[in-house]
Amino acid sequence: MSTETVEKAIEKKPAEALLSKRRKKLITDPLVDDNPITIQVLGICSALAVTTQMKPTLVMAISVIFVIVMSNLVISLMRNTIPTRVRIIVQLAVVATLVTLVSEVLRAFAYDMYKELSVFVGLIITNCIVMGRLEAFALGNKPYDSVLDGFGSALGYSWIILTVAFFRELWGSGSVFGIPVFDYVSGIFGPDFKLATNGLMVSPVGAFIILGLIIWVQRTKTGYVEH
Amino acid sequence: MQQSNAYIITFSVILTVVLGLLLSGTSQVLGPLQREAEALDKKKQILGAVISGEEIRAMSPEEVNAFYTSHIASTVVDINGNEVTEKEGAAVSAENVDIAKNYKMPAEDRLYPVFIFHAEGNPDDVQSYILPLYGAGLWDAIWGYIALDTDMNTVGGITLAHAGETPGLGARITESGVQQRYVGKEIFDESGELVAVQMQKGEGKDYSADPHKVDGMSGATITGNGVNSMLKNYLSHYQAFIESKKSSQAVAAAF
Repeated sequence: MSTETVEKAIEKKPAEALLSKRRKKLITDPLVDDNPITIQVLGICSALAVTTQMKPTLVMAISVIFVIVMSNLVISLMRNTIPTRVRIIVQLAVVATLVTLVSEVLRAFAYDMYKELSVFVGLIITNCIVMGRLEAFALGNKPYDSVLDGFGSALGYSWIILTVAFFRELWGSGSVFGIPVFDYVSGIFGPDFKLATNGLMVSPVGAFIILGLIIWVQRTKTGYVEH
Repeated sequence: MQQSNAYIITFSVILTVVLGLLLSGTSQVLGPLQREAEALDKKKQILGAVISGEEIRAMSPEEVNAFYTSHIASTVVDINGNEVTEKEGAAVSAENVDIAKNYKMPAEDRLYPVFIFHAEGNPDDVQSYILPLYGAGLWDAIWGYIALDTDMNTVGGITLAHAGETPGLGARITESGVQQRYVGKEIFDESGELVAVQMQKGEGKDYSADPHKVDGMSGATITGNGVNSMLKNYLSHYQAFIESKKSSQAVAAAF
């Protein structure tokens, strides 16, 4: 019995369109219908930890997009040479290398961001979305498809954490991307009108609440139920 | 073929070498930029003890460097408060003293840098003395800088940083709200004994009447204790220097 990865049987068509319907689905599926955070409930740890403010969240999102896309590409390119018995370690080595690269680049060019995100950049290694996509997709599919798949999953992750961060920063610190929105609003209505910020939003509990609300709204709209 | 041990070992060796070369190459290329960023960050921390975080954030890297050069002078002292200009044949400068490395040595052998905050371009018009701090928090190292006014007793400001304290709990030592609690506190009691400033257990009490106590951080008592012993330790290591400055000022005042 062979334990080697079997490549999915895709009929040989004369050059599939660069963004055919099937490939578009690779990107759009993880955005809502198969979202890594709200449906698969992966990558929750960093979604709770880094989302107090928009700026670090954006950096985190970009880092995750880079790591997932690149690791999907590399693993997909090597998929026929990777020995099955050590494939997890090989995936881990590739992901860890990419994460270290991101961390080193941040340390050189955005030191404040590097300090603020601290361990969470390193923890992208353990983000289940990354390894999940490698195991589930990149090991059995061609490089271009894998890149699209990784990009889709990473985007699905990114828009959720950015949405969480938007509400947490707005309600917790009264600002968006560091711009003090609440102060402006207070300025319009005069000095007596003051919008209060909620300390709960700054703590991880706030992220749980926002995430729960997003999942609620999403499932009401799509009618998704867990079996 | 792919399942043979020889294949697996060869594959692993090649992968390790390739990834290792990639990482060490990156580290080599980015190293100088990273050291520059770290030096800038250190300057920001030192300045953070005397000017507010918002002001520093508003500055560009060039402005931080310029401000630092025109406002900070520095010296290095030993535990007896004597100035040190060279160690083991090499010249020492305060900016290059690695506090973390010195922390591992016995207290008597360490180098103690002092950063002197003065009026723009005039090193004689001293406004405060900034002393580094280093110690252990709950999970990892904590460090910072404390600014003492020229009476060598009143705390002008403090910056605190950490390597791995819990976000939302111990990591709050980096917040300006927590650091503001130290401003105006005193490190010597009435009999001239060094008592430093102690962060208390629990949060939300008013310690404005007590010059040696500050409000604590709820849920981060061990980090708070770490900050306390760090302050006490480093201020006692600098005590000789502090006393010498104190007495020279007393002499100046007597004339």
